[in-house]
Amino acid sequence: MNYHPFILPFSIGAIFLFVVIAFKFFIWIKNLDRKQRYFVNKNIFSFKTIFAVWEIIREALIHRNIYKKNPLLGYMHMSLAFGWFLLIVVGKIESSFYAGTFFEEPWLAIFFKYFAKEQHEFFGAAFFSFAMDFLLLIIISGVLLAVFKRFRSKFLGMNKATKHNKFDRIALASLWWIFPLRLLAESTTAEISGNGNFLTGSVGNLLSELPVEAMELPVWWAYSSVLCAFFISLPFSRYMHIPTEIVLVFLRKWGATIGEQYSGLTDLQINSCSRCGICIDACQLNFAASIDNVQSVYFIRDTRYGNLTDDVANNCLLCGRCVEACPVGLELTLIRQQLRNKTEIPGKHYFDYTKAEISHNKADVVYFAGCMTHLTPTIIIAMKKIFKEAGVNYWFMDEDKGICCGRPMRQQGYIQQSKDLISKNMRLIASSGAKLLVTSCPICYKSFTEEYVFDIPVMHHSQYINTLLEKKLIKVNNTGISMVFHDPCELGRGSGIFEQPRKILKQIGELRSCKIEQENSLCCGGSLSNAVIELETQIKIRNHALEVLTESKPEILATACPLCKKSFVHGNKAKVMDIAEIVANNLNSHSNNCERKQKSSNEQKIVLEKN
Amino acid sequence: MKNWGFKISQPRTIDFDTADLKEFNKLIEKVPSSKRCLMCGACSATCSASNHTDFNFRKCHLMYRRGQFDGLAEELNKCMLCGKCKLVCPRGVNTRAIIYNMRIFLNDLNYKNIE
Repeated sequence: MNYHPFILPFSIGAIFLFVVIAFKFFIWIKNLDRKQRYFVNKNIFSFKTIFAVWEIIREALIHRNIYKKNPLLGYMHMSLAFGWFLLIVVGKIESSFYAGTFFEEPWLAIFFKYFAKEQHEFFGAAFFSFAMDFLLLIIISGVLLAVFKRFRSKFLGMNKATKHNKFDRIALASLWWIFPLRLLAESTTAEISGNGNFLTGSVGNLLSELPVEAMELPVWWAYSSVLCAFFISLPFSRYMHIPTEIVLVFLRKWGATIGEQYSGLTDLQINSCSRCGICIDACQLNFAASIDNVQSVYFIRDTRYGNLTDDVANNCLLCGRCVEACPVGLELTLIRQQLRNKTEIPGKHYFDYTKAEISHNKADVVYFAGCMTHLTPTIIIAMKKIFKEAGVNYWFMDEDKGICCGRPMRQQGYIQQSKDLISKNMRLIASSGAKLLVTSCPICYKSFTEEYVFDIPVMHHSQYINTLLEKKLIKVNNTGISMVFHDPCELGRGSGIFEQPRKILKQIGELRSCKIEQENSLCCGGSLSNAVIELETQIKIRNHALEVLTESKPEILATACPLCKKSFVHGNKAKVMDIAEIVANNLNSHSNNCERKQKSSNEQKIVLEKN
Repeated sequence: MKNWGFKISQPRTIDFDTADLKEFNKLIEKVPSSKRCLMCGACSATCSASNHTDFNFRKCHLMYRRGQFDGLAEELNKCMLCGKCKLVCPRGVNTRAIIYNMRIFLNDLNYKNIE
C-alpha cells in the first residue's frame, strides 16, 4: 500500500471538512421555508438542473462575472478555482491510471509524486506529468496575483479590499502556502528520483545545492499540514463559499428566492459570500460619504458570526447597487430587510384610525400619488393636467386622507404593520372598480407590484404617460431642450423600468447620456430605508450624484421620483423636474381637436384591456 | 353639577431635576440631530397619520425628552414611517430616525434576529 504517516494531517482535515459541511448543509436545507421547498420539489427533476450545472461551470469555476469587473481579477479567481479543480480531477485520473484501478487510496492523487517515484509506463504518463506541472504553474501565478492584490488592490481594479477577521486570515495564509509547498515538495522528490517535468524538474535542479534528501520528508509533512489547516478553517472562514455557492446556484435555478422571513436560504446566501469586496466599491456610502464598515460584505459577515448591530443593519440606502455588482448574485437588500424584521403580535391591528374602507368613487383609473408626491405638488398638478388632456375618468385616491403604501414599514422590518396598510389600500382600490392603478412614486410602485395582490395592472406614471403618447391620446411639442435622466433606485434597478421614461424624454428634447446610469445609476441619498445617516451625510451622497448627473451641463435634470426630485432640488446644480411636469409643460393642446376627444374614450378602453 | 364639557386638567409641571433624561440621552447618541429640533411643528403639520388622528410627532418627541413615557409606545405605533416629516424639517432633523429609535427603545416589539 502507498502509505506514509504524513498523509494523516491531510486525511484528518478532509474528514473533518466533509463532516462539518454535511452537517451545515443538512441544517440549512431543513430550514428552507415552505415556498422554497415547493420550488425545489417542483424543479429538481427538470431541465433547470442542467442549466444550474452550466451556471456552476460558468460562475463557480470560470468566474465570468469577476472577469467583467476586471480581467486580471477574473484570472486570479479562475486560476485558483478552475486550476485547483482541474489539478484534483487530472491528478485523480493520473493516479487511477497509475494504480490501474479507480479505487486506489484516496490520498494517492494528492501526494502522487512521492509515491510514484520510479518512472512508470502507464497510459499517458508523460501527458499527465506535463499537465500537472502546467496546472500548478497556473495556480501559482494566481497565488502571486492574490498576494500582490493584498498590498495593491487598485492594480486589480478594486479601490478598496475587504478587511478580514482572524478566521479569514488563517484560511488565507494556509491557502497561500498550499501551492508553493506543493511545488517545493514535488521538486525535492523530482530532484531525488528524477520524476519531474518542466516546472518541478527545473525547480528541483535549482534546489540541487541544498540537502534535498533531508528536506524531502519535512516539506511533504508541511504540505499535508497546510492542507489540514486550510480544511479545518474552511467551514468557519470566507472559503465556505466554495461548497455553499454550488448548492445556492441549484436552489436559485430551481426558483427558490428569499422571502419575508429568515430561512435556510438566507443562511446559504450568507455563507456563499466570498467577501471579495466588490460591493464596497459599489457602495455610495463608501465612496461619497466615507462610511466603510456597513457595506454588504461586512453586514453579511457580522450576520454570519452573530455580531450584527442594529447600526450596521439600518445603515443602508437599499439602493441595490451592491446587488447589481455582486458576482455571486446574492439578494443583499432582501437579506438586510429580513435582519431588520421585528417581532409580531398576532391579531393586532395598528391603523384602525383610518376610516375610509370603501370607495364611493367609481372610475376607470385610480391615481395614487403617494406620500412623497404630496410634498412635490407640481407633480400632482402635472398629472391632473395630463389626465384631463387625455380625457381619462380617474379617481385621485389619496387626494385627502390617504395612507402610506406600506413599503417604508416593510423596509424597516415592521411586516405586520405593513400588511395592515396593504390590506386597507387594497380594499379601497378594489372597491373603486378601477381597471388600472397609476402611481407617481416608485416606492409605492414597487410595493404595489410586489406586495399587493391585485388583478388590475399597476403603472408608474412614466409608463402610463408613455402608453398615452403611444396611443396618441396626448401629444407633446419637441422643444429641443437638453436633459439628463436620473434613474430612481426603486424604478430602475428595483423594477427594471429604464426604457419608458427615456422614450418620453426623447420626444420632448435632447436626452443626454451620463457616465453612470441605468443599472448602475446612483442613489439621490434621500432614500427612506436608511434610519442612521443624518442630513450631512445625505448631502454628501446627493452632491456626488449631482456632479455625475450634471457633468454634461443639461438644462433640465429629469427624474421620475418625488423623493429624488426633493433631494436634488436643494442641490441647486440644475433645474430638477419630474417627467410628468416636463410632459405637462410641453403638451400640444392646440392639436387637441374634437376628433381626438371622441377617439379618446374608445382608445382608453383599449389601453386598459391591453394591460 | 352641570356638565359644561370642560374639566380641570391635571397639573403637568415637569421638574427637570427629577425627570428621567436617560432615555433622551440614549436617543441623542443614535440621532444627534434631535438636539437641533426647535419644536416648530412642521413635521406634525405634514404628517399623514395626523391627518387621520391626533397623533403628533412634536408632542411625542417632547414627551420623550421629558421622560414621560406613559402610553407613548402605543401612540408611536400610529406612525406609518412614510418620512414626510423628515423632508419638511427646516432644521434637518432626522425625525424618522427619532421615531424609529423611540419605537425600538420603548416597544416590546424588537428585532427578531439581532441581539
